[in-house]
Amino acid sequence: MPSFVYPEKCDGCKALDKTACQHICPNDLMVLNKETMKAYNQEPEMCWECYNCVKICPTQAVDVRGYADFVPMGASVVPLRSTDSIMWTVKFRNGTLKRFKFPIRTTPEGKAQPAGGYSTDPSLDGLALFTEPDSLGLPAVWTNKK
Amino acid sequence: MVDMQTVEVESDLLILGGGMAACGAAVEAAYWAQKHGLKVVLVDKAVVDRSGAVAMGLSAINQYVGLRDGQNTIKDYVDYVRNDLMGMTREDLVANIARHVDSSVHLFEKWGLPIWKDEKGAYVHEGRWQLMINGESYKVVVAEAAKNALGSDSIYERVFIVGPIMDGDRCVGAVGFSVRENKFYIFKARAVLVAMGGAVHVFKPRSSGEGQGRAWYPPWNAGASACFTLKAGAEMTCQEVRFIPVRFKDAYGPVGAWFLLFKARATNAKGEDYMVTHKDELANWAPYGQVKPVPANLRNYLGMLDLMAGKGPISMRTEEAIQKIVAAAGDPKEVKKKMREVEAEAWEDFLDMTISQAILWAASNTSPEEKSSEIAPAEPYFIGSHSGASGAWVSGPEDLAPPEYFWGYESMATVKGIFCAGDASGASSHKFSSGSHAEGRIAAKSAIRYLLKENPPKPTVSGGQIDKLKTETYAPLETYSKHVGATTQPDVNPNYILPKMFMMRLQKLMDEYAGGVTSQFTTSGALMNRALELLAFLKEDSEKLAAPDLHELMRCWENIHRMYQAEAHVRSMLFREETRWPGYYFRSDHPKLDEQNWHVFVNCRMDPASGKWEMTKRPIVPMKA
Repeated sequence: MPSFVYPEKCDGCKALDKTACQHICPNDLMVLNKETMKAYNQEPEMCWECYNCVKICPTQAVDVRGYADFVPMGASVVPLRSTDSIMWTVKFRNGTLKRFKFPIRTTPEGKAQPAGGYSTDPSLDGLALFTEPDSLGLPAVWTNKK
Repeated sequence: MVDMQTVEVESDLLILGGGMAACGAAVEAAYWAQKHGLKVVLVDKAVVDRSGAVAMGLSAINQYVGLRDGQNTIKDYVDYVRNDLMGMTREDLVANIARHVDSSVHLFEKWGLPIWKDEKGAYVHEGRWQLMINGESYKVVVAEAAKNALGSDSIYERVFIVGPIMDGDRCVGAVGFSVRENKFYIFKARAVLVAMGGAVHVFKPRSSGEGQGRAWYPPWNAGASACFTLKAGAEMTCQEVRFIPVRFKDAYGPVGAWFLLFKARATNAKGEDYMVTHKDELANWAPYGQVKPVPANLRNYLGMLDLMAGKGPISMRTEEAIQKIVAAAGDPKEVKKKMREVEAEAWEDFLDMTISQAILWAASNTSPEEKSSEIAPAEPYFIGSHSGASGAWVSGPEDLAPPEYFWGYESMATVKGIFCAGDASGASSHKFSSGSHAEGRIAAKSAIRYLLKENPPKPTVSGGQIDKLKTETYAPLETYSKHVGATTQPDVNPNYILPKMFMMRLQKLMDEYAGGVTSQFTTSGALMNRALELLAFLKEDSEKLAAPDLHELMRCWENIHRMYQAEAHVRSMLFREETRWPGYYFRSDHPKLDEQNWHVFVNCRMDPASGKWEMTKRPIVPMKA
């Protein structure tokens, strides 16, 4: 099914103007059923299993079940994403459990500065882009012009 | 039909798309716009945080030249790309991206992307040009810099772009609609930067059920860039150069780390390595076949020879590669430590960018250190940023482009006011995520220069023109509501076709006649002429597309975009009377490479008024020495 929603965990994002999963899905798949106030995937066969809905859900109500047309049943892969790392719990069909943790970013959320701290004063007619040549770590942008 | 509010948005530069190229364009354009008092607007069909091909994340950056450390030269990169594309490359464009790409990578690191480092603090390479990253939040970080540069008031999300607005031969904006609200958008702009990605699902995917969504490239990249530039009357290039990735079978997990970092072999059912057993075949594709690394399509081809001879399955020998790495660690304690490290690296490779493959491993009780996994060629994709090359024909930079490739402003299409980056620009393959970002920056600066030097007039779009565009845009909603009552079930109706069936019709004809999976990637003049007949019927029926809601309306337009990409592809393959990229496609009627007649670009243009196509050969000229 790709992504699916556990009804007992989904609170419809407490009737905000849209749910978190609806907000993030790159393929516009997640929808809130206004009667039950539960989200669902409206087009499972167009789901990339990108897990963005799973990672963003504030109540861990969204999960993924491998594509039924080629994935044997019984496994699960569950992320827990924080501000600087992500932890994955991988459960095999035979019950084997693996856990991995990886960093996801080195700066505080929201703080990416466009110039990245590089000094810049390129000219409109020159070769250098914004932050260059400093951000290249070179004295000038390469050219083969004589 | 529900009344749709018309919203007009004016800007100097309009950035279409929200992926890597568009985010690069946003950061660059914001800087110059602020300096010169210009207004920049960006439009994304999804949300910038998680849109485009990097929405899930990536486990590697595939283009880093390393100029700072003297690792490689620009010429090295150009030579690599030219050969990988069997000679069909715009050196000026590739060199232009290569000289800026390291800057984008260094910015990513400052913005917060974790790039692997060795004990000495140097980047860890997956291969000569590739860097290993902890890339789960790659897109989030890159989008954040773009948003911080541009400001959220200048970003329109969940707005789907239907096509260009033209004023004679000049592009003056884009028309779109909100997929969430009853709002119709007219974006008027003095320059437009197209960066809406490549195309997926033009061909029938291998999966037939739920797994259709598990394309290698994301299903939301539906040909918007190609259709936009075609409809504006721009010249297009390399439309025949599709890409077929060989990946872990079905879930399409990446193979780069296995081949390059872990040095794994791929072998057939008999344990033979097709790169060894079919080595002699490479001489038939000289000079390209005899250069290292062997071009991607030829590597595919050698594997396909085994598959077509019934010697499959082909397996990535993960167990063999891991055992070899671990054995080199020395004493048992070190071996154990190394095993844990390699195991985590192997899983992260999938968890960062193709989580489905991790599910498939877990579901089939596969531990890579114990058991090999099957690999296979996927279906064809249109992705000018990777090992494909399709896109618009754009001007090169003044210092590198020969006269044949230069018309004033780098990255500008042959239509005034349109700039292209990422999958939208052609003949500049192997830019991947980082190079697409750099190219977005190049195109944005060039567009700003164009605005300041040429000072194109403020666009005017008449009320009559807006009404016409609005009617066209929402026609599928109108068709649905008008006819839905004619039958007892909404999906079977003689008056209309729903977008899913329309897509399947396109995919079936492309698969069977234009060299898809089912036809072993083989086509011919006769088969392609049949494809064009069927495409003509499909084009007529596109006027009968119907949508019950805004989501389905988006699906209607996505499939119209795919249809244009399909036609450009078929016409270009038909025009090129040779087989240049075996492993991507074969022409059974012209099975050999023909350097004498076809060492040229195949370009095409659709006349927007008449719908007629012109095919042309363009010369291959090296960059200025």
